[in-house]
Amino acid sequence: MALLQNNFPTFMQGFGYTLLSSLIALVGSMILGTAFAIMQIVPKKWVRKVGNVYVQVFRNIPLLIITFFFFLVVSKYVKMSGFMSGTIALMLYTSAFIAETVRAGILSIDGGQMEGARANGLSFAQAMQYIILPQAFRVALPSLGNQFINLVKNSSILAFVGGLDLMYQGNMIAANTFETFSTYIIVGILYLIITLPLSYYMQHLERKLKHAA
Amino acid sequence: MVTLGIFSAFTPQNVMYLLGGLGITVGVSIISVILSLIFGSVVGIIQFERLPYFSKFVGTINNVIRNLPLLLIIFFVYFALPKIGIHLPIFWATVVAMSTFESAMLAEIVRGGLESIDIGQFEGARANGLSNMQTMIYIILPQAYKKMIPPIISQLISLVKDTSLAMGIVLAEMTYRSQIIYAQNSTYIIPVLVAITLVYFVLNYGLSLIARWADHKLA
Repeated sequence: MALLQNNFPTFMQGFGYTLLSSLIALVGSMILGTAFAIMQIVPKKWVRKVGNVYVQVFRNIPLLIITFFFFLVVSKYVKMSGFMSGTIALMLYTSAFIAETVRAGILSIDGGQMEGARANGLSFAQAMQYIILPQAFRVALPSLGNQFINLVKNSSILAFVGGLDLMYQGNMIAANTFETFSTYIIVGILYLIITLPLSYYMQHLERKLKHAA
Repeated sequence: MVTLGIFSAFTPQNVMYLLGGLGITVGVSIISVILSLIFGSVVGIIQFERLPYFSKFVGTINNVIRNLPLLLIIFFVYFALPKIGIHLPIFWATVVAMSTFESAMLAEIVRGGLESIDIGQFEGARANGLSNMQTMIYIILPQAYKKMIPPIISQLISLVKDTSLAMGIVLAEMTYRSQIIYAQNSTYIIPVLVAITLVYFVLNYGLSLIARWADHKLA
């Protein structure tokens, strides 16, 4: 407890950076992920290919390597902090998973919806925006929530590039005080404050959707 | 300069060093996936069986572990457990951390797989005189595992990717060894990062193709 009291501002700063990074990455990866999901189902073949390659590449390589790529390579040409490179990497990585989730959501919507919308004179883009996506997101909500939980957990990667997040500050405190056991327990509780309620809510949503179906 | 890096970064010595790292990466992944399949199945079945109190208790612990960052669990096992007298060498600390985390993930998959089995299968097996245990082993689990193969393989893919986190405790796996190599010369950064990216990609994309094939075959 004394440990928590003495280092309270540091823990809170880390908590804040973790939240900030997660929120930025969430918004960015939702936009990117939706774009790549749509790219994978448009009629044009080469667009589908590009979308598919993006998703396969980012899903199959470790987030840590993407982070290092931005931190070591890109930062030579474009100035960015460890926090920024970590957050951008997190955003790109998560967007591939969100693209898969949204794509599955879109595919679960009956084909008649698109045909009906097109027959009523909507363009492909309009049909997507007003008819398909709203329904697809509803179906995909529990999985999207799980992706967000993964995103919060994965934001701990920032610790590798001096991203000032919760994991980074936890390591600092552990190294300074030698109280590794209590420090990591506190860090764990702080992560759980974000992820556990979300996780229970998503389980609840999943059950509700299952009963509705 | 960059071209210079491409040619001189991959001396036979460096390539062998990286391949050794790949061996550790694969080794940690295989041991962890076997352990977590065993523990994950046990925990999944316990949750599915709804034993009074016990299942709830196990389920709560499972939820807690699932919702922690793996990196934190790795640090905890390696740096915090020695405080209470548990000293693990670095390789086994990684294996223990990864197995704990992946067991929790797999337990959810197993539970989900079991719940997807039609209740009539249980009733039919019980009506035919099989015990609860026999029903589980001969009737339910084989069907459930068939359905679980694709999600289990995607979990294996995350596991392979996540072994890179163990460089945080200086396990000499592939990502860590790549860092050792490009620390000697900054022109090596791009070629070495590209090389290990390709290795991870080939490994994981291959696994995902197997998952897709299995999905197709079993559906």
